[in-house]
Parts: sequence; structure tokens; C-alpha cells
Amino acid sequence: MTAFLWSEFFQQITSGLAIGSIFASLALALVLIYRTTDVVNFAQGEMATFTTYIAWSLMNHGLSYWPAFVLTLLIAFAGGVGIERVLIRPVEHRPEIVIVIMTIGLLIVINGLTGWIWGAEVKAVDSPFPNKTVDVAGVAISTQDIGTFCVCFVSVLVLWAFFRFTTLGLAMRAVAVNSGASRLMGVRVGWMLALGWGFAAVLGAIAGLMAAPTAFLDPNMMLVILVYAFAAAVLGGIDSPIGAVVGGLILGVTVNLLGRYVDLVGEELKLPTALAVLLLVLVIRPQGLFGRVIVRRV
Amino acid sequence: VIGGLKYVLLAAAVALVIWIPQRAGEFRLSQFTYVAIYFISLLGLNILLGYNGQISLGHGAFMGIGAYAAMIFILGSEGLAATGASPPGWLPDHGMRAIFAIPLAGLVTGVIGYLFGLPALRLAGVSLALATFAVAVSLPLIAKHYENVTGGGGGVSLPLPTTPFGWDISTPHWLYYEAWATAGVLFLIAWLLVRGRVGRAWRSIRDGEVAAVSSGVSARAYKTLAFGVSSAFAGVAGALFVIQVSYINPDTFPLTLSILLLVSVVLGGLGSLVGGIFGALLLVFLPIYAQEPPVLNFSFSKQAPSVVFGLVLILMVLVAPGGVAGLLRRVVQPARIAIARRGSRPSRLAKEE
Repeated sequence: MTAFLWSEFFQQITSGLAIGSIFASLALALVLIYRTTDVVNFAQGEMATFTTYIAWSLMNHGLSYWPAFVLTLLIAFAGGVGIERVLIRPVEHRPEIVIVIMTIGLLIVINGLTGWIWGAEVKAVDSPFPNKTVDVAGVAISTQDIGTFCVCFVSVLVLWAFFRFTTLGLAMRAVAVNSGASRLMGVRVGWMLALGWGFAAVLGAIAGLMAAPTAFLDPNMMLVILVYAFAAAVLGGIDSPIGAVVGGLILGVTVNLLGRYVDLVGEELKLPTALAVLLLVLVIRPQGLFGRVIVRRV
Repeated sequence: VIGGLKYVLLAAAVALVIWIPQRAGEFRLSQFTYVAIYFISLLGLNILLGYNGQISLGHGAFMGIGAYAAMIFILGSEGLAATGASPPGWLPDHGMRAIFAIPLAGLVTGVIGYLFGLPALRLAGVSLALATFAVAVSLPLIAKHYENVTGGGGGVSLPLPTTPFGWDISTPHWLYYEAWATAGVLFLIAWLLVRGRVGRAWRSIRDGEVAAVSSGVSARAYKTLAFGVSSAFAGVAGALFVIQVSYINPDTFPLTLSILLLVSVVLGGLGSLVGGIFGALLLVFLPIYAQEPPVLNFSFSKQAPSVVFGLVLILMVLVAPGGVAGLLRRVVQPARIAIARRGSRPSRLAKEE
């Protein structure tokens, strides 16, 4: 182990925040779907991988990064809405286990399709940010990390503003709180759920696109990130959007620091550490940091 | 007449199991051995999910635990050391016969599953799915990390299995009979559990935990019991698997296996022990035929099986929630009722008059 340097410590924190913001985006996508449909979407990671491949194809056909980025998000939105309408809606009122099984079916299909269409070999995705470092008070921060963090942060902010300040956002929140009552108030509940899936798909696509330059694009790219996102969402409270973001950032930084400074953990056991966090939170404090306690009435 | 149909079918199934090895070549035979192994595993998963309503995305990981336990029992401390691992001192020096290692591995896995079931009691539905998912993802990583017992990423080879007691049959035949005999015994055990008092308690918890608890069923005892029994079945299946392959490494039991087991149990039919046969047949043969369809002179991408698996699962969930067993029941039931009506009509009329 090399000597401890404060500058390196802060570097680890900033890169932890960058990777944490990717976890946070995907965790937020999970929370969005959980709040509307009451189910954890096991296919969230695969949906993100698939859309990232679409972006890769678009760029491969000569589109430059940001137009491809926007186009991909639109496609992701349409895909998310479509999946909800066609596959989730028919099982909406069945037991939650059935919906979980449905999303697992989706996971397998999308994972297989990705490999079928684009092959198993790793693809390189260009980064939209220059490969430089910025010096802040003696700490070198890569622009890649800053860019990733900013993109994720802005998308979360836009989503928050949407829910807070628009009528549509209000309607969606109403559905999450009490779908029966909002239906009586004239909210089209079915479409609100579909919109939730659409936004979740967009967040997933952003997470995938931000992860791709460093994680490299292969059909299983998002599986590991999905596991971290599960842990982040559970840590923050699976029904709390703020919790998902905070949980993602905490997890990103913690895992990064543990991997670097605790020999027992190292690179190999980063993932099991996150999973241990997941299990511990589930058993000790199932509502997470910010979640609501579920009261069961007979 | 009607109740007899079940036994006729059972007898036909047993006859088929005995008939297959007379005709099939060794390779085909080993595929049917895998069917038995997956059938055992699916029996366990069906007890947990189909009868007790607890989801597990980590059933393949419990198979892995059983497989590692069996490997350690068979090799013993000396055998492990010979493969280059450095086993801890508390392991017994000598290995044991595979035939004893199988039930022991089941027992060990059952106890571990029971212990996992204790904290899992606090979880239900989605949380339980996440927790078991975590187990399935971690197991290969943990197995890689503790290489002094597991042989690490390079894996461990077992001595090739041999036919015991000097019987005059080939080793694949022996493995086939061993697997199917075990499957038969475990099917009987599962059937006895499910049809009796325990099964009634499991189903009542599945259908309404609050109602079950207020009727005096201990959710705690029965849910952990379901976890233990289901893991024991997975452990036996894992042990048979490792004996069949005579090799094990951390990636032998990946997350994909756990997911495919879940898919198969749904396809076979939740809450139907016999349905597991269909699930196991799909699990073994669908990957082969989806990649190289038997009629078309053409082979698909390597990814085709997983796409087909997923599509079949989605279709089943949408149109046939009872799985293959449910479909069969839907065909057989009206016929049975029709026959029963015809048979009993005169007597019933006579009574009413």
C-alpha cells in the first residue's frame, strides 16, 4: 500500500461521486417505476444497455455525439412507454411476484436481443468530454468525472422540476399516492404509469451512456451497475427519489474508498460489499434512509 | 376410473424413465440425467415459490453451495490438498463415496438455506427477490475469493465417477439411474409434504399470510421450513450435477442459472410438482433446439435460446399463468368432468328422487 495522500483521497471522492451519479440515475429509474407500478424492474439495466447500443449505432452511422444522445433518449422514452403498454399493463393487477417474473422475462429477452443484434464483442463508445484533468486546489479532477456528474445532476434536476412545477407531474405524483382517487379526479392513470416507465427508460439510457466510455459497451455492461443501483435504491429507501440519489452518491464514494484503502475489500470484493449493504439495510431498516415505513393493516 | 388416470400416467412415466436408457446413446442419456437433476432443483423451487409464495432468484446459488459441499465431502482434506488448494484443518482427511456425499450435501445446503430464511422472514415479494438476487450475484465472487477451499477461479476436478458395487452397467447409465432414483425419492417426499398438514400451512400463508397467522399457523416456522426444504433439494441437485460433470468452478452456477430456474418453474407450472418435468425438459432441450432448429437447415445466433426462453416466459405469464401443467389441466379437467357426469348421473338422479 502506498503512502496516504490527501490529494489522492479527494480524487477518489470525486471519481466516487461521478460513478455514484451513474448509480443514482439508474436507482432513480428503479424508484420511479416502483412508485408508479409497485414493482422493481429487473430489466432496467438491460433496457439501458440496449439504448446505449442504439446510441453507438447512431454514432457509427455518422451522427455526432449530442444529436445521437438526444435521439437515443427519445427512442428510450418511446420504448419505455411501449413496454408498459404492451407487457406490464395486462399483468398490472396480478400479484407482484407475477410482475417481477414479467420483468425477468424482459431482462432475458433484451439481453439476448442485444447480443444477437450487436454481437458479444466489446464496443468502444466515445466520451463527449475531453480527456483532461482540471486542477482544483491541488486535486486533479478529470473532466470526464465532472461531465458525468453534471449530466446526471441536470437530468435529475429537470425531472424534479417536471414533477414539482407541471400539471402532468402533479398528476403523476397523485397516481403514485392514490391511483383510485386520482382516477376519480379525471387523471388518466394508465397513461401516467406508462409515462413513468418512459422517464425511467430515459434515466436508464443516460446512465448507460455515461457509463459506456469507462465501463466499455458489452451486452452485460449494466448488470453490475444494476446491482449497485439496487443497493443504492434500497439504501435510500426504495420509494424515495431523494433517497435514490443520495444512496447512489453515498454508495459510489464508499465503494470507491473501500476498494482503494481497505485491503480486505480491494477491487474484487467491491460488489459483494455493496450487496452486503443491500442485505443489511433490507433486514435492519427495510424502509432505508428516506423511505416510508409501510404499515400493514388487516 | 378417474382417480386411476393419475396412476396410469405415473406408471407410464416410470416406464419411460426405465425405457430411455435401453435406446438412447450415452450423450443423449446424459441429457436425460440433467433433466432429472433440474427436476429435483425445480421441485425445491416449486415448494418455495409455487406452494409458499416466496420468490427466489438465488436457487442456482444454493445448487452451487450443494455442489461445493459435495465436492469437499468427496475429495476430503487430502484430495483437496492434492488439487493445490490449502484446506483448513477441521475438514475430514479422507473423502467419502459419492452416494453418501449427496444426502449430506443436501443436508448442509438445507441448513444454510434455513439460516438464510431467518432474516428473509422480514422480507416479502420484491425485497426477497432483491435479497436472493444478491446471493446469486455474490456466490461466484465469494467462491473465487476463498480459493483455499473452493480451488478459486481455476476450479477443481473430481475423480471420474465409476459404477459402484461391481455392477455391469456403464458409468453414464449408473449416473442416469442414480439421478432418477434420487428424483423419484425426492418427488415422493415433496408430494407427501405438500399434500399434508405442512403443505396446507404453506399454501395458506401463500394465499393470505394475515389470515393464516390469525388461524394459528406459524408463518415464521413454516416459511423458514420452506426455505430449508427448498435449499436441501437444490443442494442435492447441485451434488448430482457436480458428480455428473466431475468438475466445478465458481462460474458453474451463475446468476443466469438462477434466473433460468425461475423461468422453468413458471413454465412448468407453479404449484404443480409434476410440472417440474416440463420445466426441466425445457431447460435442457430448449437451448439446443432454439439454436439449431431440428427441421430448418439453419442455425441461429448463440443468443437465440435466451430470447426464446424470455419470449416463452412472457407469453406464458400473459396467456397461461398455470404453465404447462395448467394447460394440461385445462384440457384434462373438462374431459374428466364430462366422464364423471356421465358415470354418476343415474345414481345421483336416483338419490334425488
